[in-house]
Amino acid sequence: MAEFFALIGNTWEIVRFPLGGAACLLGAILCIVGTIGVLRFPDFYTRIHAASITDTSGAGLVLIGMALMAPHWIIVVKVFCIMGFLLLTSVTSSHALVNAAHTAGLQPKIGPMGRSVHEEDEEDRH
Amino acid sequence: MAYLVVTFFAIFAFWMGNSGHYKPLMLGFAALSFAITLILCARLKIIDREGAPYVRLFGWLAYYPWLAWEIVKSNWVIIKACLRAELDISPSLVKLKTICKSDLAKVTFANSITMTPGTVTVEIEGDKLLVHGLYEANTQPEAFEEMDRRCARAADPAETPA
Repeated sequence: MAEFFALIGNTWEIVRFPLGGAACLLGAILCIVGTIGVLRFPDFYTRIHAASITDTSGAGLVLIGMALMAPHWIIVVKVFCIMGFLLLTSVTSSHALVNAAHTAGLQPKIGPMGRSVHEEDEEDRH
Repeated sequence: MAYLVVTFFAIFAFWMGNSGHYKPLMLGFAALSFAITLILCARLKIIDREGAPYVRLFGWLAYYPWLAWEIVKSNWVIIKACLRAELDISPSLVKLKTICKSDLAKVTFANSITMTPGTVTVEIEGDKLLVHGLYEANTQPEAFEEMDRRCARAADPAETPA
């Protein structure tokens, strides 16, 4: 039985670095996806939605990857503390931004923005 | 008194998890800082139902994994929206009515809506929430009913009808 647990421990030691690296890489890719969304979406309110990908899954996956690669359990505790604070504060800050924009009277664009609407935009620009 | 004990254990766990030094001198400093922190908290009068919400711990332990899965699901939707070759979104603004009673439950609900990509809480007035969403279909008031119910169950158990 002890050998079995030792085997699991050894396998985990080998596996956790590639897993953590993959999670970090995926998180970084999701951050880039969020940035692409911020650049593509039409107005302030929709851009906030794209930024929330970076806030939740991007930062979350990077931190999970760091926790997997951590050399000591103390680091894991710290990483999870960072994750908790990040999840609470990024949400609060995006709510503060949206609420400030709404209070200042910025009107959101409402309604479907499909292909046709997008093409009209293009024509207006030229 | 129970709130004080729970606050002490929370501070204790936080210190032990973050320090990594367990020599007598460091533990003495730790005890000193616990005492100062507890005295300051007591003077600020934040050791109460909201400051040390241990009664709701199990409710939250049940709620947050569910919320995490919701976040993953809606993340996928927004990632597809970001990377689609042709922009295909229909932003909408809806007004919701929540069944949450306490401030903490309302904040949890509003924060959960904001944390889920694709929906952002714009404003809270009494028990009405103004929510901006990226897709009209996902932002109907019915879509938030389950989250609302789970928030009410997690954060104010006493007030929710069984």
